[in-house]
Formats: sequence, C-alpha cells, structure tokens
Amino acid sequence: MTPDPTIGSAAADEVDLPTLALSLRRPRTLFSATMSVLTGAATLAALLPLFSVLYLLVIRGSAALSMAALHELPPAAMTVGGGFGNAIVGTFVIVAIATAISVPFGILGAVYIAEFGPDTKTASAVRFAAKVLTGLPSIIAGVFAFATVVVVTGGFSAPAGGVALALLMIPTILLTAEAAIQGVPSRMREAAIGMGATPTQVVAQVIIPTGAPGILTGVMLAVARAAGETAPLLFTALFSDFWMSRTYPEFLPKTLGDLMKPTASLAVIIYNFSGSPFENQVALAWAAALTLVIIVLVFNIIGQSLARRSAS
Amino acid sequence: MSATPLVTNGNGTVDHQDVLIDCEIKELFYGHFKAARDIALKIKKGTVTAFIGPSGCGKSTALRCLNRMNDLVRGFRFKGHVIFRGQDIYASNIDPVSVRRHIGMVFQQPNPFAMSIFRNVAFGLRLNGYKGNVDEKVERALRQAALWDEVKDILRSSGLALSGGQQQRLCIARAIATEPPVLLMDEPCSALDPIATHKIEELIRELKQRFTIAIVTHNLQQARRIADMTAFLYVDKSQGGRTGYMVEYGPTEAIFEDPKEDHTKEYIRGEFS
Repeated sequence: MTPDPTIGSAAADEVDLPTLALSLRRPRTLFSATMSVLTGAATLAALLPLFSVLYLLVIRGSAALSMAALHELPPAAMTVGGGFGNAIVGTFVIVAIATAISVPFGILGAVYIAEFGPDTKTASAVRFAAKVLTGLPSIIAGVFAFATVVVVTGGFSAPAGGVALALLMIPTILLTAEAAIQGVPSRMREAAIGMGATPTQVVAQVIIPTGAPGILTGVMLAVARAAGETAPLLFTALFSDFWMSRTYPEFLPKTLGDLMKPTASLAVIIYNFSGSPFENQVALAWAAALTLVIIVLVFNIIGQSLARRSAS
Repeated sequence: MSATPLVTNGNGTVDHQDVLIDCEIKELFYGHFKAARDIALKIKKGTVTAFIGPSGCGKSTALRCLNRMNDLVRGFRFKGHVIFRGQDIYASNIDPVSVRRHIGMVFQQPNPFAMSIFRNVAFGLRLNGYKGNVDEKVERALRQAALWDEVKDILRSSGLALSGGQQQRLCIARAIATEPPVLLMDEPCSALDPIATHKIEELIRELKQRFTIAIVTHNLQQARRIADMTAFLYVDKSQGGRTGYMVEYGPTEAIFEDPKEDHTKEYIRGEFS
C-alpha cells in the first residue's frame, strides 16, 4: 500500500499548495456570505419603521415645540398657542409615585426569589405570576386601579394612576432584578459569608451593590414603559386642563388634596389631541410626543451612566 | 521552638497544651454522598497546618468544616466535633455567623468585592460595626498583606482592577483586617503565577506570628516550605464511593522525610521523583 503522498511529505507542499484565498465559489463561503447579508438586511428591515417613526416625530414635533408649549396650559378648541406644561408635571408626579411603589416591591421580591428561597414553591409561583403579568394588557391594570383606588378614594387622582403604572412596572423590575442578582458571582457571596456577614448584610452590602447596574437597567426599562402608557391612565388619573396646584408658578402639588385630583399626563394629552380636528391641538400632540420621547431618553441615559458609575 | 516536644501517635493527634482547634470529623455527608470520614487533628496556636492529598480526598471539605462554610452546601450533614477555644462550633446554640467572624477564610479564586480597595478591606470592620479609626486598620491590614506600597495611591479604585496576585493579597488583607485568630486558606495560590505564589508564601510565613493558619494545597513543595504540621488525606474508593480520610498527620518534616504509611510514601515519592 502506498501512503498518501500529500500527507507528511515535505515535497507535497510544493506540488499541491492548499488554496487559502477567499473564494465565493466554495459552497460554505458562499453560504456564510449570504447569511451575513441576510442578517444585515433583516436588521435594516427591523430598524426602518423605528427610524421612520422617530424621523416623523422629530420633524413634526419640533415644528410645534416651543418654550410656550412646555410651560403653558392646554389650549381650548379653536384657539391658538397653549401647551402641555401641566401634563409634563403630571407625568413626572404619576411616574414618581409608580416608581416609589414598584421599586421596593420589585427589588425585595427579587431578593427573595433569587437569594433566600430560589427553590421554594412561593418563588416559582411568584416567578410564574410575574411572567404572566409582563404580558398583562395595560388597560386591565387601569381597571384594577380604578376598582381599588378610584372607587375607594372617590375620584380620579395621580396616586390612582401611579398604582396602575406600578402594577405594570413590578413584574419587569422583579424579573430583571432577579436576573441581576443571579448574575452576581457566587464567589462574592461566598466571600461575604466567609467574612461572617449575616444574610441581610450579604444582600445589602454585596449582592445589591454588585447587581446595581442590572437592577437599575430594569427600573429604567419599567419607567420608560410606564411613562408612555395611556390606557391605564384614562381610568385613573384621567386628565386635567389645570396645574396640580392653583398657585402658579409653584405648580407642584402643595397638599395631599392637590394630589387627589384628576391629573394631566403627556400620554393622555397625546391621545386626546392627536384625534382632534383642530390643527393647533394636533401640532401640540406631536410636540408632546417628542417631549415624552426625549424625557424617556434622558432618563435612560442618566440610568445607564449611574449604573456604570456604581459598577466601578 | 517550644519546650514541649510535639509527639504524634497513630491517630494523628498531637499532645500539646496550646491547642486552638480540636477537630474530629467522624462522618461527613453531602446528601447521600459520603464525602469524608475519620479526619481528626489538633491545630496548635501560631502554627501553619497544611492539608495535602490527591483531588477528591476531602481536604477542602475538611478545611471548610472549620468555619462552617459547608453549611451553605445543601444536604450537608456532619458527625463529629470542632472545638474552638473550648466550644464546639457545631453545637446547636452556636451562631455560624459569629464563628466565621473569628475564623477567617481566603478562597481558591481571588474574590474581592466589586468595590474600592479601601472598602474591600474595611468590609469586615463595617460588618462588625467597628467604631475606631478605619483608615488606620485598613493601612495596617494592607501592610501586613504586603500590598500597601502597591495600592496606597489607588485605594479608591476598584479591587477588581488589580492583578490576580494582588487580588489574592487584597483578599488576605480583607480577611486579617478584623484580626481573626484563625485564618483558613483553600488553595490560595492555585490561580496564581509562580511569582505571586512566592509572595503569598512569604506572607504566610510572616502572618504565622499573629495568626494560626490552616491551608489546603495541592502543591507538596509548598506544604513543605510553609507548613509546621501536615495532614495527608487520601481517597477511599472501596464500596463504590469516593470518601476522603486522613492517613497521617504530624510535623511536616516527619511526613515528608519519614512517612509511616504506605499511601503517604507512594504519594510523596510520586510527586518528588
């Protein structure tokens, strides 16, 4: 039997050099190139609607955006000028209430299901419920807050809107915080326990600070989603054509009574004005939409940079 | 050396007054898996005790019994006792958290927290609610860990930014900042290069003045260089299991120069020839 002359023979190298050059005629090279082009095309196709929406928003929104729009009250029909200053304030107030409710519940719940009882029935039930709740139609959250807050307190209010939004935020915060806590290397947990840290100290001083970037990302995602929700607010915060407090320019609520009144929000003014037959109101709806997107963007950037700082 | 000579007998016990830890592991299970049996040794104050043996011989398991780190493993059960300063740390009235504050630990992989170098070292002090001068304690711990000169200007930067060897010395500084009488080290050099290993070994020789040290190592040369006492553990694979047990315990020189048991002889010869 003669051995294969191309193997192990120095002479063979001179005779039969392997082709190393890139050639599309080779099937696997061709396949790889085709797939690369396809993935690129799919990315573009997915981004196209996104960018066209943003483009339209910037063009139409910036046309109507002015200082007056940012700090004046909504205009009545058939009038010119006006703005949505009270809606900006209202959005901040409602989202702040929602965040104040959902962050402690979300993070402490995540600490339990990720750290203290990851294999308990409670944990798997909570995990399942949270996953189901992430798909909860937002209008249902609104109906829930209507029944539990609006009916009980006797009126539409910012806290009612906050509860509705909190309901939508909790599952997102819970699940992302759980993932962030699980992502904390177990050797750090071991190190803390080895130092004689109590379970509470392990969580408060090592797990949460180490997982902070991930937890914060989850909170920002939830805030961004909540700020844009309209349906749950229609049942709960409703809308108002006035400042939260009558003592303009100090427009933030002065008393609990101010807080317990119908409250304007950017999402609802976009909803109300976008279907209006009056050109001025439609233009303001575009401006309000652009403002909302900018606010969410700014929050995201702040959140990301905070997360990065706490990571170092 | 002390006036009382160290006498070893077949059970691996040491007759001496300055015994700080008296450990006897009769049986140790993880669930249904019998991980270790018959490990009994007394650790004398101010000494370095090394656990050596092939992988799976239970040396890390035995070490982790000494500060109840095994409690974290699900299904852990233990028959025996670990007496530290007159108290059995496995007694039902003992809080494992306070045990770990007195018996510190350095792990195989350097595991600094994702926080500044300073806060890493101050961590244990804060856990204990230390009210005194934290800066002073941190500097002192870093000096003892031979890391001060390298990090004194970057105390505020992350502990994770250091090299592997520096991270391990940071972990040692963190462990000794609260001045626990005993320091357990679980293969502290296995993730390090030879130069970093050499520094850690020098450090262990220094620290022995103030701390009692128990160290697991798979490096026999290292045990020989740093340990006063050595325990040789082996794996019993009879009955289909993999149960670690102690073959021989005594002064390091005796274990290496004149081992009594065949398993010890074979293992040490295999490693050195």
